[in-house]
Parts: sequence; C-alpha cells; structure tokens
Amino acid sequence: MEPIVRFKDVRKSFGTLEVLKGVTLDIMPGTVTALIGRSGSGKSTALRCINALEQINGGELHVCGRALHNGGFDLRALRQDVGIVFQSYNLFPHLTVAQNIMLAPRRVKKIGKDEARALAEEVLSQVGLLEKADNYPEQLSGGQQQRVAIARSLAMKPKLMLFDEVTSALDPELTGEVLKVIEKLAESGMTMVLVTHEMNFAERVADQIAFMHHGTVWELGSGEMLRAPKTPELQQFVGSGL
Amino acid sequence: MNYEFDFSFLGEYGQDLWDGTLLTLWMTAVSIIPGFVVGTACAVGRLYGPPWVRKAATVYVEAIRNTPLVIQVFWLFFGLAVLSVRIDAFYAAVIALVINVGAYTAEIMRAGFESIPKGQIEAASCLALSRWQSLLYVQLPQAVERVYPALVSQFILMMLATSIMSQISAPELTGVAYQIQAFTFRGFEVYLVIAVIYLAVVTLLRAILTGLGKVIFPRRRRLGTPL
Ligand SMILES: Nc1ncnc2c1ncn2[C@@H]1O[C@H](COP(=O)(O)OP(=O)(O)O)[C@@H](O)[C@H]1O
Ligand SMILES: [Mg+2]
Repeated sequence: MEPIVRFKDVRKSFGTLEVLKGVTLDIMPGTVTALIGRSGSGKSTALRCINALEQINGGELHVCGRALHNGGFDLRALRQDVGIVFQSYNLFPHLTVAQNIMLAPRRVKKIGKDEARALAEEVLSQVGLLEKADNYPEQLSGGQQQRVAIARSLAMKPKLMLFDEVTSALDPELTGEVLKVIEKLAESGMTMVLVTHEMNFAERVADQIAFMHHGTVWELGSGEMLRAPKTPELQQFVGSGL
Repeated sequence: MNYEFDFSFLGEYGQDLWDGTLLTLWMTAVSIIPGFVVGTACAVGRLYGPPWVRKAATVYVEAIRNTPLVIQVFWLFFGLAVLSVRIDAFYAAVIALVINVGAYTAEIMRAGFESIPKGQIEAASCLALSRWQSLLYVQLPQAVERVYPALVSQFILMMLATSIMSQISAPELTGVAYQIQAFTFRGFEVYLVIAVIYLAVVTLLRAILTGLGKVIFPRRRRLGTPL
C-alpha cells in the first residue's frame, strides 16, 4: 500500500530560522499518527505543511497523490482531501452550528440545502451534538465547540484529518469528550495526524508516534516507545511528565 | 424681547416643504446601497488587492476625505458641464453623495475587516472555500456586523449633508427653506421648522436602519451579544 502522506527530508524556514531540518515520515491510510515533542520543535509546522498552510523549502512532500514540493497542484482540491482542526476551534460566530457545517459542502461541493442539512445532522450525531444544530457557537462550551469544528471538517468527507493540539485550550474536564470523539473516528478507520500533549491518549490510540526534536523526527515507534525510549531526549521528554 | 412668531407661511409653502423633505429622503435612500458597495469594494481592494488597486483606492479615499463635500459637488457638476454632459441636479447630487460616503464607508469597512481574527480566514481557506467565497460568506457578514453602528452614523451624516445640494439647485429641504425665508423674511421660524423636520427624518432613518440590522443579523437578534 502507498502512504497517503510521505515526508522526505522536508525542510522549512521562516526567514533565517530553520524550523524543519529534514523531516522524513510516512503515514499509511487508515492509521493514526501522533506528533509529540516540546513546544517549538516544529510539530505544528510539519502538520500545516500537509495541507499547504505552509510551503516547504526543501525535500519532498506527497499528500494524497500530489507532489506539494513541485507546486502547481490544485490547492482547493487538496483542502477537500485534508481536513484540519485547530486549537482555537475557529468556528464562524455569525453562523449557527448547522450553518457552520453546511457552508463548505454547499459552496464548494454545490450540494443542495436540504442535502447539506441532512449531512450536517449526520456529522453532528457522530460527535453527539445533534440537539445543538440551531445554536450559535457562543452558546456552546469549549468542548462542544471543538466537537462542532471536528464535525464541520468531517462534512467535507476528507481522506485525512489533521488535529493541532485540539484539547490544549480546554479545561481538563472537557478534554475527555473531545478525545472520545477522536478515538471513535480512529476506530472508524479515518486516517489522522494529531499533534498532542495527551501522552496516555497517544499511546492508546496512535499506530505510530513521532517524537519531534529540533525540527526532525527524532524517534519513531509505536505506543511502547514511550515506555522504553531509545534516545535520552525522548527519555527526558517522557520523564518530564508532559 | 417682543418678537412675534409667525408660522403662517406653513399654509402657503407646506407643499414645498413636503416635496423638499421627500427629495432629501429619496436622495439619501438611493445613495446608501451604492455608497456601501463602493466603500466595501474599496476596503477589499485596499486590503487584499494587487498594489495598483491598493494605491488607487488609497488615493480615492484620501482625496475625498480631505476635501469638503460642497467642493466635490461643484467639481462634479461643473466638470460634467465642461464635458458637455448634462445631467439633472438630482443625479449629480446622488453621484457626489455616493462618491463621498463611499470613501468614509471604505475606512469603516476596512476597520471591520481588520478586526476579524486571522483564524477565521484560515479556517475558511482550510474548508476549501475560495478567497471570494471566504470574503462573501465569512468575512463580510462579520465585518458589517462589527461596524454596523458606525455605518448607521455615517449614513445619517450623509443625510444631513444633503443640505448643501441646494448649491447646485436641487430643491431639497434646505434649499426650499432658503427660498421660503427669502420670500417671507421669516428666517427664524422657517429654520426652526426645518430643524424639526430634519430631526424627524433622521429619527426615521435611524429606526429603519436599526430595524434592518435586526433582520440581517439574526444571531444578534437572538442573543443580543456583540460579535
Ligand atoms: N509563521 C511563523 N513565522 C515565524 N516563525 C514561526 C512561524 N510559525 C512558527 N514559527 C516558529 O517555528 C518554530 C516551531 O514552531 P511550531 O511548529 O509551532 O512548534 P510546535 O508546534 O512544536 O510548538 C518556533 O520557534 C516558532 O516560533
Ligand atoms: Mg504547535
């Protein structure tokens, strides 16, 4: 099987600051990959390269059959294949929950209003928030808003979902409900890449864990890697209780 | 002081006052939507356009905001005459108002667009919306809602500014008043009546625009909170 995402010695700089210094990583369809590592190690940047929110400066990056390093690919088609959920939800505050979800399917995929509404209800049931369809985002808790953001992404039927620290802005008692939704998605076979600080969650759900350090994948393995780190850097990172 | 008030002119000139009032209202009404469109287009051009569009929009906005309306009106009216374009004073007035209010609206809308968090635009683009779709469905509604009170004030100022259109002999309310007082020498009473009419008309316009706000911002109507 072909990987759905292939990083090959990917480099990325912001001005003179080189943030990714040769990232190599394969992501197989139907698997969950967790990116862990200290703040500033380049996790978000690597994730954002996958849906071309950042352009890479060197190496090769293949996503869903597109060579992002060559340019000239269809950005909007890529964005339909790859969903992303941010730490800060970024729901559209002037639209109801259902309207938030219906907007892209209606305008991008040009599906009808009734069909879009049915789709919204389908993905809202998936995240357990059907009864909030006609509420506005500000009427929801942070955890509920994040679940709506996930549903909004799902409504585009992506082949791959990216999550960037989606529980970091939430009170501890609300992280559970969001993680449960992600875990359910994983069980359904969705291909996912998630940047996370929830080590127990990563260990339980991820098929592979990439420990990022100084802009590279420093250590790559399965959940057991966290119990028996090979490198002193990962050892220290795991030991620090993050 | 034993000034004797005399409002008897109201009988003879009542119809003229009514016509002047309608013209003021009509001039304002037909300028609002084009003025908003011009202003919004300029704000978008200034924020997201290619360099020459940004420059052109900036020149327009600054030129208009830093010269008096009455000069702009003269310039347009007599300038068109020089080009042998004959247009009705009413249309000249409306064009001048649109150009004028468009420049102020551009600044208000620019502030509105700039106040939207970057994450909103990023989210729209990550959902595969095009830049125009993002502008139309995500940025514009939020920008308008955020600056709506400022827009309402601007349109009310525009309505009051129509009072200079008598200078190109458009018979709006102030122009009518000037004529009545020239015939009757009852300037104090005439301008008192005119002030009351302006007050009433402004109150009406404000009520209409506030009502419109309730229609176009359903979230605000339901929750009552600012965006
Ligand atoms: N848009 C940007 N412009 C400049 N520097 C950036 C930008 N985005 C990230 N960086 C820098 O890149 C480094 C890695 O950031 P990031 O990928 O967000 O790390 P992580 O997600 O692992 O915390 C940091 O030093 C950060 O300051
Ligand atoms: Mg990050």
